[in-house]
Amino acid sequence: MSLTLEHYLLLSAALFTIGAVGLVTRRNVIVLFMCVEIMLNAANLALIAFSRFHLVADGQMFAFCVMAVAAAEAGIGLAIMVNIFRHKKSLLVDDLNVFKN
Amino acid sequence: MTVEQVLFYLFALGAIAGCSGVVLSRNPINSAVSLVAAFFFLAGNYVLLHANFMAIVQILVYAGAIMVLFLFVLMLLNQRDEELGKRTFSIAPLLGIFAAAVVSVSIGAGFMSYRNATANFPADVPLSFGTAEQIGRSLMTTHLLPFELVSLLLLIGIVSAVVVAKRRL
Repeated sequence: MSLTLEHYLLLSAALFTIGAVGLVTRRNVIVLFMCVEIMLNAANLALIAFSRFHLVADGQMFAFCVMAVAAAEAGIGLAIMVNIFRHKKSLLVDDLNVFKN
Repeated sequence: MTVEQVLFYLFALGAIAGCSGVVLSRNPINSAVSLVAAFFFLAGNYVLLHANFMAIVQILVYAGAIMVLFLFVLMLLNQRDEELGKRTFSIAPLLGIFAAAVVSVSIGAGFMSYRNATANFPADVPLSFGTAEQIGRSLMTTHLLPFELVSLLLLIGIVSAVVVAKRRL
């Protein structure tokens, strides 16, 4: 039996799950960002697998746009993190509780 | 097992191991480096899917640009081993198991509803599929509006990153 669409979809689901688990268990904001990147990549893998399955390149256009969004998000998010660190001297989500109470 | 299958399992295991390394390692620098490795393995999978241009873009943009930005900020802010201290009782592992269960069950349900017997990839791929020529032609004709919107988004990203990170305007 050769490689099927399901192989790639299962891999994509596994990567997405790993990213989601990291998102709720880790506490460093930068690592949380990396987990979001993992989840975006899992979605990209599914898009490209479907593009190969239907032999239509539109899925690769979607993946291209997702990569551009990820790049913009990383730039802005890391700028925000530099600002947070400047004010709070910490990047742990436990310390970012200004809105509490 | 054909060569393609061996390569797929190699790349899949590498990607899963790299992403697990991101979640499991204590030091954020180690997380970033294993994420770079995972991106390379994913690029290998894109090549197996005949998406050669996307594989190159994955390495250039993700492993090259985005991860260098992450590593730069990590080293600028000197984030090392900060999660080791002052850990009181935490529900994080329980929450992680719960999230894994929810996500995998929901993805599995969708997967089972989609599952059909004709999931084999079409055998004959046109030679131009996934090349830079096809992608570029498509970006400049049928997908021109999304392309322009993405360029606008990147411009907004540049400007707002400068505005946010600047001490005072």
